[in-house]
This record gives sequence, C-alpha cells and structure tokens, in this order.
Amino acid sequence: MASTTRSLIRPRVHHRDLRERIVEAILFTCAASAVAITTAIVVVLLVESAGFFERVSIVDFLTDTMWTPLFAEARYGILPLLCGTVLAAGVALIVAVPLGLMVALYLSEFAPVKVRETIKPFLELLEGVPTVVYGYFALLFVTPLLRNFIPDLPGFNVLSPGIVIGIMIVPYVASVSEDAMRAVPNSLREASYACGATRLQTTLRVVVPAATSGIVAAFMLGIARATGETMVVAIAAGQQPNLTLDPREPAATITAYIVQVALGDLPHGSIGYQSIFAAGLVLLVITLLFNVLAHLLRMRFREAY
Amino acid sequence: MASLSPPVTVTRAAAGIDELRLNVARRRRWDIVFAAVGLLATSVGVITLLALFVDLLLDGYHRLTPEFFLSYPSRRADQAGILSAWVGTCLVMLVTAAVGVPLSVCAGVYLEEYAPRNWVTALIEINVSNLAAVPSIVYGLLALGLFVYALNFGQSILSAGLTLALMIMPIIVVATREAIRAIPHTIREAAYAVGATRWQVTRDHVLPYAIPGIATGVIIGLARAIGETAPLVTIGALTFIAYLPDPPFTSTPPFVSFDWLWSGFTVLPIQMFNWVSRPGTAFHANAAAAGIVIVVLTLVMNGFAIWLRYRLRQRITW
Repeated sequence: MASTTRSLIRPRVHHRDLRERIVEAILFTCAASAVAITTAIVVVLLVESAGFFERVSIVDFLTDTMWTPLFAEARYGILPLLCGTVLAAGVALIVAVPLGLMVALYLSEFAPVKVRETIKPFLELLEGVPTVVYGYFALLFVTPLLRNFIPDLPGFNVLSPGIVIGIMIVPYVASVSEDAMRAVPNSLREASYACGATRLQTTLRVVVPAATSGIVAAFMLGIARATGETMVVAIAAGQQPNLTLDPREPAATITAYIVQVALGDLPHGSIGYQSIFAAGLVLLVITLLFNVLAHLLRMRFREAY
Repeated sequence: MASLSPPVTVTRAAAGIDELRLNVARRRRWDIVFAAVGLLATSVGVITLLALFVDLLLDGYHRLTPEFFLSYPSRRADQAGILSAWVGTCLVMLVTAAVGVPLSVCAGVYLEEYAPRNWVTALIEINVSNLAAVPSIVYGLLALGLFVYALNFGQSILSAGLTLALMIMPIIVVATREAIRAIPHTIREAAYAVGATRWQVTRDHVLPYAIPGIATGVIIGLARAIGETAPLVTIGALTFIAYLPDPPFTSTPPFVSFDWLWSGFTVLPIQMFNWVSRPGTAFHANAAAAGIVIVVLTLVMNGFAIWLRYRLRQRITW
C-alpha cells in the first residue's frame, strides 16, 4: 500500500521540482535584467563618449567656455551647459527647499490626520503631471506672470522654468523629508513635551536636529531630480548655451542640449551625435553623485536609533 | 529666609506666574503662526495644480472638438489634430505594458520571495535603486545607442515601447515588493505546511493578495510613461506624422500583424512639445488642448491608483 502511494507521488514531485527550477530561473533573469540595464547604460554612454573624446580633448571639454558643436567653427566646452544646469537647479532649490521643508514639517508635526490624508493625494497628483505640461505652464503662464515684476524679462529665461521645476519637486522633497521626520521616535517628542516645550519648539529643536541627515538627503535627491529634468528647461529656457549666472537670461542645460540635438536628426556616428552621449555621461555622473551622497546620509541617519 | 518675609515671595511668585502665562501664550501663538505658514506652503502645490489646469482649459478648451481627435497634424493650426499622436501613444503603451509589466513584476517577486541573502541579490537591489535615480533622458540615450542602432530597431514604436518599459521598471519593482512584503508570513507558512512548493505559494497565495498593490504601481508607472517626452525625443520620435501605423489586425490569415512595431510614430506629449515650440498663439492653443488630454489621462490614472491604495489600506484585516 505504502509503496503504491509513493510511486504515485514520486513522478509528480519530480515534475514539480523541474517546474520550480524553471520558474525560479525566469524570475531571476527578470531581476538580473536590472543589472544588465545599468551595464548597458554605462557601456553605451562610455563607448559613444570615447568616440567623442578621440576628437575632442578632455581638457578642452572641461575648460573651454563655448559650446557650439553645431557651428562651422565647433567648440566643445561643457561649462556653459553645466552653468545652465546649475543655475536652473539652483533656482529650483531656492523654491523647493523652504517649501518642501515647510510642507514636510507641517504634514509630519502639525497637520491633523484628516488634513494630511486630504492633502497628500493632491501632492501625489502634482507629482504625476507630465513634465511637458509643466514646460507649457512655465513658458506661457509663469513667464508672463513674472514679467509683471521684472518688465524686461526675455520670453526665454532660466528663472521661470527653475521656479516651475522647484514647485514640481516639492512633493518629492517633502515626502522624503517627512519620512525622515516620522522616523524620529515619539519618545523624543514626549520627552520634549514633558519639559514643557510647545509643538513648535519640539519641532525645531528636537525633530529637525534628529532628522537632519534625512532632510539633507531629501535635498540631495531634489538636486538630482532638478538636474535631470529635461522638458521644462527645453521648452522655457531657450536652448541657447550661455555662460551666465543671471537667471533672467536664456540658457541651455545639459538635458536641453540633448533634446535640441535629437530633434535635429544628426547622422549616426557624427561628432554632434557623439556629443550628446558625452553630455549624457556628465549628467549621469552628477545625478549619481548626489544620489550616492543622499544614500550615505540616509544610512547614517538610519543608524541613529 | 522665605518664612521671614512671606508677602514678598507670594507677590514674586504671582508675578512669575503671570510672566510664565504670558510666555506660554506667546509661544502658543507662534505655534499657530507656524502651522498657518505650513498650511500655506502645502497649499502652494494644490494652487499650482489648479492654476495649471485652469490655464490649460482657458487656452485650449475651444480646440477640443471631435475633429481635433480625428485629424492629423497640419501646418494650419486650426485644422491640426492629434489622431496620429493618440494612436501612437496607445501603441507605444501596448509595447511598454506587454514588456515592462511582466518583467518588473517578476523581478519584484524574485527579490521578495526567492532571492537568497547574498551579494548577487545585493547587487540587483543596488541596481534597481540606481535605475530609479537615472534621469529619463539617459534612458533615451541608452535606447538611441542600443535599440535604434545596435539592435537596429530603428526609430520605431518598438524602440519607444521598450525604452519606456525599462524606464518604469524600478517604479513597478518597488511597488510589487511593497505589496508582497505587506502579506503576513502566516499565510505562506500555512501553505508550506500542507506541502505547497515555493511557486505554488507565490502563485496561489502571495500574488492574489498582492495584486491590488501591484496594480497601483503598474498604473502609476504607465501614467508616468504616457507623459514622458524626453527619452522619446532622444530616440528620434517624429513630430509631424500624417499617417497611421499598419493596423494590428488584418483581413487575411493569421489576422494579426506586427508591422506596426516597426513604424515611425509620434505620441501625445511630443505632439504637444512640437506645438509649444512653435511661435504663435494658434499653435499654443493646440498645445493646451493636447495638454488637457494628457493631464486628464494621467490624473485619472494616478487618481485611480491613489484611490486603489486608499481602499486597500482600509480593507486590510489580517
């Protein structure tokens, strides 16, 4: 009796084993594709940039103050593009840091549960609006609005897309820093209240210091986001490489330059084609740098409690 | 000392208490002021969302006629439409969903249910979080080098769909993992106890409970993909397309055709970008109208996802 049951089960178990292995192999392949994609990104950018740096010296690339790859007398200095990128991201940060911090403080420490549950979905929706729509908004709503205050503002400028990017990344900055504040143990707040501190004193002197590394990490992630943002600047900043630190002037960012070249349909293998990969490599390095910084900061903050 | 001159101490204490009360009242006021400023800062987002939508509506509402949806782009602004754009968006999304969703869900399931704790898993996890941080335009550069030229897919719907599938992968992986992590271990243990294999546990017990959470991530990911412009501009999406790709269904056997995969294309956000970039308010009105379509589409999808997650949170009774 026992032997017949076993003989009935055995082939099924064997069959099951095989299926288990196949399924696991498929699932593993899908997960491992993340490594493949990262590798592919790095390889593609490096190979095409290598072609670029064969024709342009790295020293010129990093120090020349003109970026005119599509002109007859082409010059390849990344500085104007970097400058535009830093400027746009800087304006965005000036908007996003105080706003994001206030939103996070309010939602984490002050808002009644009902208000928080009502407002958070709206912030998430704000994050879901496509960037091309924000570009439209910057060019045709914010710039005319700013002209009321700065009459001689050109139609294309860095200020307006910078502000719009800033508002765009507020929900992101706020939610990351709110997470950091929520991670502060309640016992710290209770200790502070027990000493007679008010909500504001507790927030500013207990919660914020305890969550500092998480909050700074949120700003780093915000910088990375703002640096990689493309469509808003491509639409509203003018796509003109410009070595300036005046946000009222038009300028091009790294991302806007890539869009501009891609629209022009350059032949495969030309130096203009390769230049967008070199620009993309710089962009990737910058964003990864800020992300790694944020990651390190958060690791530190996780260890605290 | 105090017993020698009680009246002085009492008055001092009284004055001290008054001072203290004033002090507390002042600090309470600052509490309220700060909360008000916080609420104001928070509503900036909501106000922006409203301003953006009202601005689009005012500029583009009059262009939202049936013809707008049924016309090709045109040199004349008042005759231009978004037919090729919305068809392109649908087809690209088809590829993105068909590739991106299974790939990402499987990856998430592996990381949460199968992955051993070793350096390979750690490597995969680091890569997923790195990919989430890569700017979308870099995915465009990857696609340009890999799909368009190295694999020779050309500037096609296939390339575009694959690009967006890779781009939304981290979003769906993270959502899948969170959904699976929320399922209590007792359910798995019960299934293992009656002799189920790992895949049987995953398929019959973990996935059914995780599906609403996974769906939330999928919808948010696809909404992101619908609105994404930069990577598609980079791989060379055309901005002026006055034809439709080959239909996916044919009258002759085998009745299904995949020629559309190789077709050139445009999508809604690129059409909008093209119209914004042109001077002249007539084209800007078209851009606003296309913007309304995109915003409604993505907001409805995101809203649905948020609602789904909210309901999910309400109904959980483990």
